[in-house]
Parts: sequence; C-alpha cells; structure tokens
Amino acid sequence: MKEIYLDNNATTKVDEAVFEEMRPYFCELYGNPSSMHFFGGQVQSKVNEARNRVADLLGASPDEIIFTACGTESDNAAIRSALDVFPDRRHVITSRVEHPAVLTQCRNLRQKGYRVTEIGVDGAGRLDMEELKGAVDDDTAIVSLMWANNETGVIFPVEEAAGIAKAKGALFHSDAVQAIGKIPINMAASGIDMLSLSGHKLHAPKGIGVLYLRKGTPFRPLLVGGHQEKSRRAGTENAAAIIALGKACELAGLHMVAENTTVKAQRDLLQDTLMRAIPHARINGGGAERLPNTTSIAFEYVEGEAILLLLSEFGICASSGSACTSGSLEPSHVLRAMGVPFTCAHGSIRFSLSRYTTDAEIDTVIRELPPIIARLRLMSPFGREHLQGQK
Amino acid sequence: MWDYTPIVKDHFLNPRNVGDIPDADAVGEVGSLACGDALKLYLKLDADKDRIVDAKFQTFGCASAIASSSALTEMVKGKNLDEALAISNQDIADFLGGLPEEKMHCSVMGQEALEVAIFKYRGMDIPAHDSEHDHGHAYPDYEGEIVCKCFGITDTFLKKVIETNSLTTAEQVTNFTKAGGACGGCIPKIKELIAQVLGEAAAKPRTRPEKLSNMKKMQLIQEVLERDVRPLLWADGGDLELIDIDGSRVQVAFRKACAGCASSGNTARMVEIKLRDLVAEDIVVEEVSA
Repeated sequence: MKEIYLDNNATTKVDEAVFEEMRPYFCELYGNPSSMHFFGGQVQSKVNEARNRVADLLGASPDEIIFTACGTESDNAAIRSALDVFPDRRHVITSRVEHPAVLTQCRNLRQKGYRVTEIGVDGAGRLDMEELKGAVDDDTAIVSLMWANNETGVIFPVEEAAGIAKAKGALFHSDAVQAIGKIPINMAASGIDMLSLSGHKLHAPKGIGVLYLRKGTPFRPLLVGGHQEKSRRAGTENAAAIIALGKACELAGLHMVAENTTVKAQRDLLQDTLMRAIPHARINGGGAERLPNTTSIAFEYVEGEAILLLLSEFGICASSGSACTSGSLEPSHVLRAMGVPFTCAHGSIRFSLSRYTTDAEIDTVIRELPPIIARLRLMSPFGREHLQGQK
Repeated sequence: MWDYTPIVKDHFLNPRNVGDIPDADAVGEVGSLACGDALKLYLKLDADKDRIVDAKFQTFGCASAIASSSALTEMVKGKNLDEALAISNQDIADFLGGLPEEKMHCSVMGQEALEVAIFKYRGMDIPAHDSEHDHGHAYPDYEGEIVCKCFGITDTFLKKVIETNSLTTAEQVTNFTKAGGACGGCIPKIKELIAQVLGEAAAKPRTRPEKLSNMKKMQLIQEVLERDVRPLLWADGGDLELIDIDGSRVQVAFRKACAGCASSGNTARMVEIKLRDLVAEDIVVEEVSA
C-alpha cells in the first residue's frame, strides 16, 4: 500500500537531492573536517558551504550557526546557557503549549528551585501577551517561546515577545523547529537571541539540528570537549548530515513561495471540505494565524486512535492529540491549554502537509475520512443522542 | 504504533455485535467522554432469565477499547449470569491474544461493564451514571473513597484490580485502570494500596499441597508463574514464557529485558525457589532459548 503521508510535522521525507548531496560523505569523503590533511579539508569546505546555506535561509551570518544533533539539544543548550550566563537570575518564562523539549526542561528547573512561569493561551491557541508583559522581571534569565506550535500550527508573535524580554535584560529563545522552511524568517531584522532548528522537519535526515546564536550573545556550551563549532558545541561534526541540512535549507528557500501558496491551498481545501462534510467538528486554532501546512481538527464523540488506525487502512498517515496514541492518558497539553471541550479533546486529528503532497492524496482523505467518523460515531454510546440530524 | 495482535485488529476493524438491544434485560455503562473511553453493554436473557442469548455494545474509545468490547460480547453469549460474572479482564485480554500492557485498562473496562450490567439486573444498588460528567466516577458500582480524582477511581475498585491481576507497581496500576495516569497526584496513595493488598495476600498462608496429580501439578505451576513470577519480572521490564513441563522439569524462556540478561541464571533460580515453595520440592527450572 502506498502511503499518503500527511504527518510532516512529525518528520519529513529526505529530499532525493539532499540525499545525493550527502551520499559521498560516508564511504568516500569520510574525513574528519577538523583534520589538517587535504582529505579532511575537502569535507571542511563542504561543511562551510552548508553553514552558509543555513545562514542564508535564516537571514543570519554563518558565525551564528551552531550545528547540534537535534532540535531538542538546541532547546536544552539555549536554556541551560542562559541560566549559566545569568547565575543571579532565577526565573524562566515559557508557554503552556511548548514542545516537551522545552517544557520538560523548564519543569525540571522548577524542581531545582528556579521560578518558572508558563504563559497561557486563549481558545484559539494565541499567546496571552498581557500575561507575558506582567511576568517578565529583572529576575528573568530567559524567555523561551515557540515560533509555531507543532500540533495546531498556531504562530506566536515572537518578535514582539522578544522585545518584551529584552526590555528587562532577559535573553529570548525561540523553538522554531516547525516554522523554519514553512514561513520566511529573517534573523538580521530580529530581536531574537537564540533559535532552534531541526533538520528532519525540512527534508534533511534525522540527527541534525542547529542552534542559532546571535553575535554578541553570551553563551556557555552544553557539550564541552573539542574545539568544534568554535568551542560552542564539542563533538566531531556530523559532516554528512550537516551537508544534507545545507542542501535542505537551500531547497526550503526555493520552495518557500510554494509552501505558502500551493501547500496552503491544499491544506485549506482539505480542512474546509472536511468541515462541511462532517458535523460537530472544529479546527483547533482556526481563529489564529497558522503555518500554511498544518490543520488540527477535533471531531466530537470519537476517539483519535480509532480514527488514525482506520485512516491507516487507506494508507493515510496523520497524527492525533489523543491520549491513547501516546500511551499517556490525558489529551495533549496543547489542546488542554487551549480549553478544547472534553467532548472532542480526545478526537483531534492533525494533518501536516509538505511540498510532496498531491491533490489526489488530499482527495483521498476528503473521500475516506467522513465515513470513518460516521462509523465510529454510530459505534459510540454518545454518537446517537448528540448527533440527531447528521447525514 | 501499538503492537496489536491480529485478533485485536480484526475485532477493531470488524467489530462483532455493535449496537443496542432496545428490550435488553441488563445494561451496563462505564466510563465517560471526559475519561476518553466509555462502554455501554446490553444483555438479552433467555426465557428463564438465566442464560445470555444476545449481547451488543456501544463504545467510545481507542482500537483496543472497541476490540475488548467486541470480544466481551462474543465471550458472554451462551453463558449463564454466574458464568459471565466469572470472566476476568485477563480472560478478555487472553481472548484477544493479549493487549499491550498500557492498554489493559480497556479489558478492565469491559469486565466492569459486564459486572455493572449483571449487578444492576440483580437489583443491587448502583448510582445512576451520568455520561457527560467531567471526570466523574468512571466505575459507578464501586463505592469507596476516590483515589484518582482525574479519572474518578475509588480505592475499592483499585484494590480489586490490584488483587485479581497481581499488580506490584504503580505503573501497572495505571496501565490497568488509568488511575495516576493524568496528574499523577495519587501515585503515592496507589503505592499504599499495593502495599495493603500485598500485605493481605501475604497474611493468607500459602503452602505447598501435600500430594499432586500430574495434571494438578502442571496447572499449579502455570498458576504460580502467572500470579507470583511474571508480575515481578514485568516490574523490571522483563518477562518469561513457559515452554514445557515434563514431570518436575519446568522449561522457561526469558523475554524482553530478561532475554540475554546476564543475571537470568539468578532469575531462573528465583523461579525455581518460588515453584519449590508453592508447588513441589523436586521442581527443576531450566532456561531454554526457544
């Protein structure tokens, strides 16, 4: 069965051109970029080229790019560094809807005696800016807020938030893992100090990330050892993956317009048609500015895992904010923070598209999903009494 | 992705007996929308009002909840009420070829709905179930003090599940009942309940029987492995499988974390001691790789 892959916020296909770019750096050009000989040197120059390509996509300078192993490492490095450079500041601010890479780290800091504020969101997933303004004080070391939410695609006003943080002398970090490659980002005109990127969300392989570090921002490395990455991240460079990420960033720049026109149109068609075909449904974060590729739809009176497994029968790959899929027992913290009613918190499905998504694939989902929801509702003890009048 | 057995998948994709019975003799309803799963079970009895001639279900929940409900309806048909009451949640899981441990609460929900239906039919006092309450009482037939506030689960119910399934860790209790799976605030209390149940079990003297037929011996060996040995291994992420019993020679294979574990020799010895204590003095446990 051919997959219809609409789970690109989880991970993406490695672009063939990206794979070709990295292929020689395993068996042939396997030198260590830090070596003095010609054999390492030729890898070094490709790593430099990759650094330039990443910097170009972000509107950054190559010196500001630190290669890491993943988005999670970048997030951890950013927050730990801020606490190390401001030992007298004991307050950290984040949001209630962050990725666990940030949220778990912040909650662990609370155990260590730090004051941690988690800013709330409204019903559409928009950040409570007034709460943020009231929370930042002279004790705040770092404010870490995601650029765009992985589950709903809701975009936060990170530039404005960065301004609020800087006014009190705090550092500002943004987990931009979901945003990069989907919406234009220009760090040259930004007040953000640190930014996290993950390769496998933009058609590079897994196991490569970036921490953007604004020039002049004080920094203490998470990993120490060798002098790689100007001593800001020790450990032999994952040269092949770095080279792949460079190519992926170049392609992301080329496809940025398509992402916001073609992909967005497919996403809109998918969600609008489903909303018309299926009663008792709502778009999570539908009232907010969102990424062009993401839609999260909550279906009342059905459970997400059951929907996903029935979709899977048609080759359709999506994800769910439901508890049962993750092994936890409560619906996602993002949906709960948004106050999504309990009648549909368990039945949310996220579709995340990419530039590889075809119109035919969208048509398949539009055809197959409504009967799946109807079937599960008929099976549900709550389906009938609440769904009088459903087609 | 969950590692569901083909039987679970079959009962999820082709559920048996979905729907309602308008003139049902007994109806059992557990769970709620807020909890994330709910089951309404309908039973139709024969003219003597003793044997179950038809069973149907409506379920809101994940694949394993639907499969457990479907399995339950198949299992109860043709049984009289007492036989039906003897069905345990483990029986439902076994019928399905096993459930991932994180999903055992689905089999518990099935057993619970069955019990509620029959208790209600027999006129036992059960508070009316409000299907839309927010995180209310998931298992309405169990009086007692609410331990897990998130899922509305009482101490009486938890102790019953801990005892019947020989649970030894708070994590297992969460997998079987959901209690403690949300805010986690009740986990210390769950640990206390486990200690209480284990204490009560220990108080009951269990001794080796005087004389055993070969058949009885084999049964007892299996029972001790299920009740006393496997839960201990689960607690460390391991497991074992009984391969063969030949007289007093018991062949086991270690699974999961126990497989290839350097101290599996000690574990085999532990199993042997348990079996010698509770079954027969001459038991020899052998580890095989099958």
